[in-house]
Amino acid sequence: MSASTAPRTLSHLEALESEAIHIMREVAAERERPVLLFSGGKDSIVLLRLAEKAFRPAKFPFPVMHVDTGHNFPEVVEFRDRLVAELGERLVVASVQESIDRGRVVDQTGPRASRNQLQTTTLLDAIEEHGFDAAMGGARRDEERARAKERIFSFRDDFGQWNPRAQRPELWNLYNGRIRKGEHIRVFPISNWTELDVWQYIATEGLELPSIYFSHERDVFRRDGMLYAVSEFVERLPGEEPFRASVRFRTVGDMTCTGGVLSEAATIDEVVTEIAATRVTERGETRADDRVSEAAMEDRKRAGYF
Amino acid sequence: MATSEQMIRADLLRLVTAGSVDDGKSTLIGRLLFDTKQILVDQLEHIEDASRRRGHDYVDLALLTDGLRAEREQGITIDVAYRSFLTPRRRFQLADAPGHVQYTRNMVTGASTADLAVILVDARKGVVEQTRRHSYITAILELPHVVFAVNKMDLVDYAEERYDEIARELAELGTKLGLHDPHVVPVSALKGDNVVDATGAMPWYEGPTLLEYLESVELLAGRNLADRRFPVQWVIRPMADEHHDYRGYAGQVAGGVWRAGDEVVVLPSGLRSRVAAVETADGPISEAVPEQSVTIRLEDDVDVSRSDMLADPERPPIVARELTARVCWMSERPLVPRAKLQVKATTRTVRALVDELVSVTEIHSLDEQPSPEQLELNDIAIVRLRLAEPLVVDPYARNRATGAFILVDEAKFETVGAGMILHAAS
Repeated sequence: MSASTAPRTLSHLEALESEAIHIMREVAAERERPVLLFSGGKDSIVLLRLAEKAFRPAKFPFPVMHVDTGHNFPEVVEFRDRLVAELGERLVVASVQESIDRGRVVDQTGPRASRNQLQTTTLLDAIEEHGFDAAMGGARRDEERARAKERIFSFRDDFGQWNPRAQRPELWNLYNGRIRKGEHIRVFPISNWTELDVWQYIATEGLELPSIYFSHERDVFRRDGMLYAVSEFVERLPGEEPFRASVRFRTVGDMTCTGGVLSEAATIDEVVTEIAATRVTERGETRADDRVSEAAMEDRKRAGYF
Repeated sequence: MATSEQMIRADLLRLVTAGSVDDGKSTLIGRLLFDTKQILVDQLEHIEDASRRRGHDYVDLALLTDGLRAEREQGITIDVAYRSFLTPRRRFQLADAPGHVQYTRNMVTGASTADLAVILVDARKGVVEQTRRHSYITAILELPHVVFAVNKMDLVDYAEERYDEIARELAELGTKLGLHDPHVVPVSALKGDNVVDATGAMPWYEGPTLLEYLESVELLAGRNLADRRFPVQWVIRPMADEHHDYRGYAGQVAGGVWRAGDEVVVLPSGLRSRVAAVETADGPISEAVPEQSVTIRLEDDVDVSRSDMLADPERPPIVARELTARVCWMSERPLVPRAKLQVKATTRTVRALVDELVSVTEIHSLDEQPSPEQLELNDIAIVRLRLAEPLVVDPYARNRATGAFILVDEAKFETVGAGMILHAAS
């Protein structure tokens, strides 16, 4: 292997970006009906940017789908609609409320009610209804231990289940996207990114984010060591007194299971600095859904969750 | 702490770690993560808690890497795990390949995307069969760098003589197998000596610590910068008024440096053109380097689609109908002569027939045994394949990106093998 003129190596962000673009193009080329899952969160905002990098000046060769629990932060839903309109892409909304109305799932009640679990049914129904055979999402391996072992092309059976013992080996950049009818794959183009990579990429690309990612004044209450936003979707327990605080959110999920952190970081640079110095993982700090048991994420993934 | 500017310019080193639990691999990884301050408070609390519930009187760092319930319950590692860590100099992507069951398949998988292998050697045992196997896989996967971490030096009283003896054996092994750029570092993962920091326990050792070495490895060494290769992944055709005539070939550079004006041959068709522009979604760029995802536009309206390769006409790849390749077989169903499979190389997938099982590597001696009747799970063998349609390839030793392929089962669509091309013929 002889060297010629080129002295340049890619920066880690360029290398991760190129890998993600390659993955998205493989999905578009090897699957007939892909879809890109968009939550309005920072990871899926990065995915949309990567899709632009992969396919512009043409339109995306797939629609964008949001699984809407009906319990999202209003700022995020507003942001979603504006961003997708600006991009000129097609948005599909799969609604958990509709799944409830149709009797597919039953809404939980009480102070700890969350629609997080119900999303799985809505997602699988939407995949079946639209005939999607590949769903791309913004999950990352650094988020959780079970995800560290999941492939980039993650194969799902007829029931949408993940079987960690029967994963296809994934070699070089040669992805095997072949499936049988009724099966589909989940694809995670930013598998190898960390939370810090995502924030650095957002800073480098100058991407806009929903306002809740930055420090703002909000009425919150304390539960299980986390700060929840006061909203109509969460019933407070006795003693959970609301107070006003300067917070930002590290992840964007339902208002029922996403906690904020006390923060004064109001710009992307301030957030990057704060993340680089942080001592707690983002899901550990802000996601009640992962705290249920030692293998909470693994169980939900096996059942078809992202 | 690095400044944000430094962190954004850091490059990416992908590495694979090989070794069994007994070698202290999990402890070494835990030490790397711990001493570079990548383990956060909640993760540490989690493994402390989990260690206590298992009745350990120590914090079991292996629990950091064992992600699945079955692994934690049985104290085993099932599958390749990928994790990241960061220093002010470099961002690292680590594939942790477990040592026990399925170790060949796992290590081949982890090594396929790696620039460097870290191979654990137990200082008490020295070079053992497993060391030779890990080195063999590192050699056939053509990793540009390998570092042997001679671990548990604390258990041999940090003896220089013992280390020298092992280092000599490793040097012989490296020469015999043709390892690229081998290095050796004496460490104690348990005590933290020479992993991240030089602690003074081995004053006779004057080389870098393991992390210092990982931070200094030259990344360009594994890239082929001489032969321009661009497998077309996707054709961008907006079919909108403002970009009416736009036709861009999207892909990831698999060799050489691409610039506007470069001569191009399209393979397998043999059509010729010239690069009009190398661009990304943000506009034209002056050059594209290996692993970069870009779009190339050509000056002429030639017929190009996915699975074609753009290349330098002066240094073309091989348009092959026959491959001789080293194959790692990854299926529980044996591979027999005359079997039909699909081969995916770069962005092209064709059908193939197994013409001959030339030889299989005897995993204890690493000798080649001629003409096996069939290949079993985890066998590494030399196989001759006849292709129904041509593939555009290079020998793997010359270019890892254009010399690699996967084998896919025609009925079940599973990935059943990994291949590295030795010879290709038309």
